[in-house]
Amino acid sequence: MTAMTAPMGKFGQSVKRVEDSRLITGNGRYVDDLVLPGQTHAAFVRSAYAHARIGAIDVSAAAAMPGVVKILTGQDLVDGGLFALPSGWGLTSIDGTPARVGVHHALAVDTVRFVGEPVALVIAETRGQARDAADSVFVEYEELPAVVDMVAALGPDAPQLHPDIPENRAFTWDIGNAEEADAAFARATRRVSIELRNNRLVPNAMEPRAINAEWRAYDGSMTIHLTHQNPIGMRVLFMMLLGLESENHLRVVSPDVGGGFGSKAPAYAEELAVAFAARAVGRPVKWTAERTESFLTDAHGRDHVTRAELAMDDHGRFLGLKVHTLANLGGYISTSNALVVSYMYATMLCGQYAIPAVHAVVEGVYTNTCPVDAYRGAGRPEAAYVIERLAHLAAREIGVDQAEIRRRNFVRAFPHQTPLVYCYDSGDYEGCLDAALRLADYQGFEQRRAEARARGKLRGIGLSAYVEACGIGPSKLLASLGGGGNMWESCEIRVQPAGSVEVLTGAHNHGQGHQTVYAQIISERFGIPMDRITVVQGDTDRIQAGTGTYGSRASVGLSAAVKSCEKIIEKGRQIVGYMLGIDPGAVDFADGIYTSAATNQTVAFTEMVHAAHAATQFPTDQLEPGLVATSFFDPPNFTYPAGVHVCEVEIDPETGVTEVVAFNAADDFGNVANPLIVEGQVHGGLTQGIAQALWENAVYDPDSAQLMTASYMDYGMPRADSLPEFGLAFWPSPTPVNPLGMKGCGEAGAIGSPPAVINAVCDALGIAHVDMPASPEKIWRLCQERQEAL
Amino acid sequence: MYELAYSRPASLADALALLAEDEGAQAISGGQTLMPVLRARLAMPSRLVDLLKLPELAGIRAVDGGIEIGAATTHADVAASGEVRAVLPALADLAGGIGDPAIRHRGTIGGSIANNDPAACYPSALLALGASITTSQRILAAEDFFTGMFSTALEPGEIVTAVRFPACQRARYIKFRNPASRFALVGAFAAQLPSGTRIAITGGGHGVFRWREAEAHLDSGGTIDAITEDMLDLAHFTGDLHGSAEYRHHIAAVIVRRALTALA
Ligand SMILES: Cc1cc2nc3c(=O)[nH]c(=O)nc-3n(C[C@H](O)[C@H](O)[C@H](O)COP(=O)(O)OP(=O)(O)OC[C@H]3O[C@@H](n4cnc5c(N)ncnc54)[C@H](O)[C@@H]3O)c2cc1C
Repeated sequence: MTAMTAPMGKFGQSVKRVEDSRLITGNGRYVDDLVLPGQTHAAFVRSAYAHARIGAIDVSAAAAMPGVVKILTGQDLVDGGLFALPSGWGLTSIDGTPARVGVHHALAVDTVRFVGEPVALVIAETRGQARDAADSVFVEYEELPAVVDMVAALGPDAPQLHPDIPENRAFTWDIGNAEEADAAFARATRRVSIELRNNRLVPNAMEPRAINAEWRAYDGSMTIHLTHQNPIGMRVLFMMLLGLESENHLRVVSPDVGGGFGSKAPAYAEELAVAFAARAVGRPVKWTAERTESFLTDAHGRDHVTRAELAMDDHGRFLGLKVHTLANLGGYISTSNALVVSYMYATMLCGQYAIPAVHAVVEGVYTNTCPVDAYRGAGRPEAAYVIERLAHLAAREIGVDQAEIRRRNFVRAFPHQTPLVYCYDSGDYEGCLDAALRLADYQGFEQRRAEARARGKLRGIGLSAYVEACGIGPSKLLASLGGGGNMWESCEIRVQPAGSVEVLTGAHNHGQGHQTVYAQIISERFGIPMDRITVVQGDTDRIQAGTGTYGSRASVGLSAAVKSCEKIIEKGRQIVGYMLGIDPGAVDFADGIYTSAATNQTVAFTEMVHAAHAATQFPTDQLEPGLVATSFFDPPNFTYPAGVHVCEVEIDPETGVTEVVAFNAADDFGNVANPLIVEGQVHGGLTQGIAQALWENAVYDPDSAQLMTASYMDYGMPRADSLPEFGLAFWPSPTPVNPLGMKGCGEAGAIGSPPAVINAVCDALGIAHVDMPASPEKIWRLCQERQEAL
Repeated sequence: MYELAYSRPASLADALALLAEDEGAQAISGGQTLMPVLRARLAMPSRLVDLLKLPELAGIRAVDGGIEIGAATTHADVAASGEVRAVLPALADLAGGIGDPAIRHRGTIGGSIANNDPAACYPSALLALGASITTSQRILAAEDFFTGMFSTALEPGEIVTAVRFPACQRARYIKFRNPASRFALVGAFAAQLPSGTRIAITGGGHGVFRWREAEAHLDSGGTIDAITEDMLDLAHFTGDLHGSAEYRHHIAAVIVRRALTALA
């Protein structure tokens, strides 16, 4: 092999992802790949009923089956001191009372509240034996009426899910100012209103949830191998829930993780039960979800029913906004959901517009469905959908173009304090709109519409101007809003004697390309090749502090890395000062070389590294040997990525089939570290958003509360061949809130695209609204009505 | 999946013997229907008898006035077959549109028709073209073979060995895809045979059927445009999450018109 010069990283370059060749050649190492000495396997006994009282559980037949090691029920877990799953966010209702959190046992005790809820756990020598025995556990159920629909759940005749929670209402929370909003509406001459449903989604990570837990009786400690987005957060939580002595008694390892989209951020019942079981049997216990279990129990996304009203003047200037949302919590409040439906959602309802008076109410409702939690965008897509559908209706009402109504209302000066807590850091909304319109050839649309009509197709165009909030922080603000965890990220950089660099981060890469981007940024700063830099993540024995990856927060971890780089470079300056016998203040550093302008001497970064470790060229009583730096970055504010999406659809009126024929997006992600990776993130996000608008839909039977879409036969996943070529442009306004000026891009596609698609469908049909997903039959029926109206 | 035994017999005779001696034994071909069923523990055969490599079920052959396709031929092989494309291009197109590449490289024509899923593609081609099905015991006309959803005239232990189609250049299959599974929400196979126009519809819900009213309309000189769902019995259709009976009924007429227009 010929020697190659390893590439140097540079911020802003489209470096190919260095992790991919390992993963696509089958060399990934996932939780399920791990087999531990003495391994046992778990299978769950799950409720086939959505709502039932649990009677006797007869495990005798199952216990006698081959290979069975142990069978645990909910009562066994309670008796063993296992705590119930908590809501990770404290929300206060309008009346001042705290949110009512239904007790969520890892295995149901007394009552099951959704189909698939685990009731018992079988541990056996093989996976097949565990499955066989689970089928032979007999549970007596007294079936209770179930409720899926939120309005019904709040009604007087609804079955009550939790004994102490009347009307199935967990909270009625609000934000903004009701009187100001009323006053704005009183002043307004024009209004538009909408009632909409934000459809429930199943996350569908490629790798299902998995855990392998091992207990060490000799010191009461445990290691949990867990496919998760936030292993460090889970260590604290599991330590408390299992009643372990200290953090040092629990190691959590999240190796390669095959996708999360938010669904691998909560603490789950199954994983907690398996960890408990490992202690109970004193042997490692492994569980990997089957796909059906993923459908039934991975925290679902969205599921809102919203009524919203926008007040305007005669020119279409937005004066006030009122929103009322029912948020379906499912049978229990999942870890982050109280945050997702409140501060991740309602705070973003103004979108890109300067709306002076806003009031939003969110009611959290329990139903006999799978718990809901963060899913790509987590609250922000729901908000963008509300305001961008209203903006579309506003344009119709005032009789102006879709782009024009937005121009008239854009926030134009930054920072911009919204009436909903958040303060937008930076942006150029109109510039971004123009970039998107150019990309989409907005001018030429009417010609394309006419050409389509000649082919018998109805063509429509839809705009969506979204803004979202990423890189959550600072910790203090979040705590004041009810948060139960830190929001900073840490980064330790260890420079080894021979010049390679280990980067330890609490952020977790499961598709985001951290290995590549950290290497790019550190390579550029140190002037060393990218392949000398290795990112270490996902193991609490190696990384003690951090927050994980969710909510597009790569900028937070990378900012911590930049701080550590600066510390290393600064220490190097001092070392070089000693080496050259000059004042460190007179040492410059650029492109991997320390220079003294005065003496014209140079020291390469790698030479400095040797010197740091050799510790012979400087007095170690004045300067410590070694080259390690740790930094923590607590962002002073969120970042607010924004963008404009333009969607064009063609509808076949005879069949109702909607085809997305063009999709263009101009996005402000601030500075872009690696355009190739960012485009990939946008492609994925757009795909999920378009899929929500057209195909994906989790449906429960209204009576039995069975999940009707529990497989790919019935749940409409997007396919590449159903999508157009995406047109993308970046329109960056770098953020001042972090040293890299990065805003985040992971969720933007899924946030901006659903309203763009539905606005396009409404434009094509000349209608006010259609709920997602815009299925062929729904659209066909609307076309029929339209025909009759003509 | 439950534990079970597995055999790969070397000959059709051995396969028949294995199926005959064990009531719980079941044939498996491409496994693209059966494996998901087993995985979900919805069936509990004691033994799988693998037909995929049986020489008697292999191959695509030109026969007098048409083509014979061995039951173990995969959808991908039918789609790629020059012989099939030469005499019956619509069938190659149909096979090339089943599922996805992985499904097409495993799933077989014999498995598809033996299973007779009410949303499967092949049965509509067999019915419209008047294909005949050769089994280990006999030869059956398509009309007699498909007896309702998931049901066929096959006796227990009987194995499909081949399907014989007439040549037909003027045939067309249109699948209106279920957006989730990509099976036929409704599919229509239209063929112009010497005996007249034949139209078969799949996806209705009760199993594949011929739209005889539309056939008669065309054979008596009626126009394509005049074919509407009013001529089609709504009772052939059931509804589900992805489309009501009424919608499927409407779509059937639309795609039949489109298939016929493409032929004209
Ligand atoms: C995701 C997905 C998408 C699909 N999409 C489509 C689609 O769009 N259109 C479509 O038509 N189909 C579709 N299919 C079904 C696919 O075509 C299957 O391959 C086919 O239905 C069954 O064929 P097989 O060879 O896999 O049969 P198997 O699964 O092996 O067997 C099916 C049944 O037939 C019996 N059997 C098999 N061979 C014989 C034989 N020679 N004689 C007697 N009995 C036999 C078996 O005992 C079993 O009961 C799809 C399947 C999947 C999983």
